[in-house]
Amino acid sequence: MSGSIEISQELFDPQIDETPPSRFKRMFVYMWRYRLGMLGMFFITALCITAVLCPWIAPNDPYEQDIMNMLKPPFWMDGGGMDYPLGTDQVGRCLLTRIMYGTRISLLVGLSAVGIMLVIGAGLGILAGYFGGATDSIISFFINCMMGFPFILLAMSLVAVLGPSLQNLIIALGLTSWPVFARVARVETMRFKSQDFVLAARSLGYSPLRIMARHILPNLLSSLVVVGTVAVARAIIRESILSFLGLGVQPPIPSWGMMLSEGRGYMLMQWWMATFPGIAIFVSALGMNLIGDALRDLLDPYLRKT
Amino acid sequence: MKTYIIRRLFQAVGVCLVISMVSFFLLFLNTDPALMLLPPEAEIEDIELFKKQMGLDRPVIVQYLDYLRKVVLHGDFGESFISKEPVFEEIASRLPHTLKLALSAFIFANLVGVVVGIFSAVKRYSLVDNLSTLVALIGQATPNFWFGIMLIIFFGVWLRWLPISGTGTWAHLVLPTLTLGTGMLPVNLRLVRSGMLDVLNQEYIRTARAKGLSEPKVLIKHAFKNAAIPVITVTGMQLAALLGGSVITESVFAWPGVGRMALEAIRLGDYPMVQAAVIMFSLIAVTGNLLADILAALIDPKIRLE
Repeated sequence: MSGSIEISQELFDPQIDETPPSRFKRMFVYMWRYRLGMLGMFFITALCITAVLCPWIAPNDPYEQDIMNMLKPPFWMDGGGMDYPLGTDQVGRCLLTRIMYGTRISLLVGLSAVGIMLVIGAGLGILAGYFGGATDSIISFFINCMMGFPFILLAMSLVAVLGPSLQNLIIALGLTSWPVFARVARVETMRFKSQDFVLAARSLGYSPLRIMARHILPNLLSSLVVVGTVAVARAIIRESILSFLGLGVQPPIPSWGMMLSEGRGYMLMQWWMATFPGIAIFVSALGMNLIGDALRDLLDPYLRKT
Repeated sequence: MKTYIIRRLFQAVGVCLVISMVSFFLLFLNTDPALMLLPPEAEIEDIELFKKQMGLDRPVIVQYLDYLRKVVLHGDFGESFISKEPVFEEIASRLPHTLKLALSAFIFANLVGVVVGIFSAVKRYSLVDNLSTLVALIGQATPNFWFGIMLIIFFGVWLRWLPISGTGTWAHLVLPTLTLGTGMLPVNLRLVRSGMLDVLNQEYIRTARAKGLSEPKVLIKHAFKNAAIPVITVTGMQLAALLGGSVITESVFAWPGVGRMALEAIRLGDYPMVQAAVIMFSLIAVTGNLLADILAALIDPKIRLE
């Protein structure tokens, strides 16, 4: 109750400053409110810049082996040096350089796998939500099947069937992780289906395809972007899992998961080999998740609770 | 209630059937069992004869039905391509290890998730709440297997407190449980916290307090019971992820379970093993889902009538 009294006093206070806050100040307030999202943006921007510029900013060549300098520790430890800031691996390749080149693989896999998920998931979800009835039952059943499948086993079997390579890794991730998109697209489509703009489009005699693509899909974009951002983080982690198990990107291409599996063999003595690639995965997944959380608040109040 | 359970049961059986079908056809697409089972120097006539004897010359769908009949009626998953031993015995000897690990991770994640989640919601923005939000954020971005490796380096190699691989004593269970359990924990924490926050603002909580009920009774019986439904549903769905996660956790900690076996089998092309593992895991995951749905329906009558 005391709060309302304070407010009313403020309202009648002649001294109150009525000039609106400056643009700069408003921007700052806004950025402060989404400070975690900004932090995520910072991480992801840094990763993207690294991915693009790594041939020029990396200290060494990612494939160049230096047997004389193998298993060197990071620069702050005895025996380390600035030639190899984060040390070297079992054949003397620069860890920092390989991690920097690894951003390319992770971002490529993350974004393209999510692209596949988006097409399959949103497509099926909109179909299920728009047509309902038997179509919905079949697609929902299909979604349930996918969710009952332990993802790793399915993705591993797919990669084993297709053969391990970057391209097949992307396909396997895309084909196994789309249900999330389908569920969101389905629920949202059901929500929009009965709204006036869809009814109007239908009464104009537009084809279902046109209504789904031109009238419903644009309304789903904000939810799909939120789901997609988090899905990129998950895809990056899953890529590292499959590469760790030897079912992803093949050596010598630098991928964080594979560097981890190489480092695992040396974890008893050379801890840095297994530590730094993991930090890279962590930072990129964290960045994506932070952006996803901020976008969720920003774009779609309906999603906040889920 | 009865019809709800029966309907969900039918769905669950359907999901299992589809999963078994997918894993069977994946195998069929990929390999010729005759070539895997016969020595490389076998003549073409021998291969033909062998195929006829084993029934491999029949249409795929007939072979699948035959496989399904053997699995359902006799628990006969065929023989391993590599060891030539019955797959079922191999799985049966390893399943207890996997279940032990999965169960202990499950208990860990849910216990911590529920206790800390409730506490965070009650004492909002306290130190514990902020810490648990931070942990959830970090946990969601951390690749599990990397966390496992870090635990090994820290507790096993540096501090030498805990064994880093194998099985036997309770101490062997600690690090794998932490690794697998923290994969589930962030989602549980967030769900319990947000669910409790929603519920605690409801009028019936105020009524319960006004009645003079003790605070624990209000929190557990009135608040958590209602906040628990999404937690139960999601926990059921996470079973598949938990079992999938056991594949990689078992491989990091040299845990002798089904997950590690499945990974080895995929590497060696031992597809009857892979198939059996996929079916086994899916069966457990789908059963867990079913139980979770039934439990949720028992608590919340609205679900039954949907």
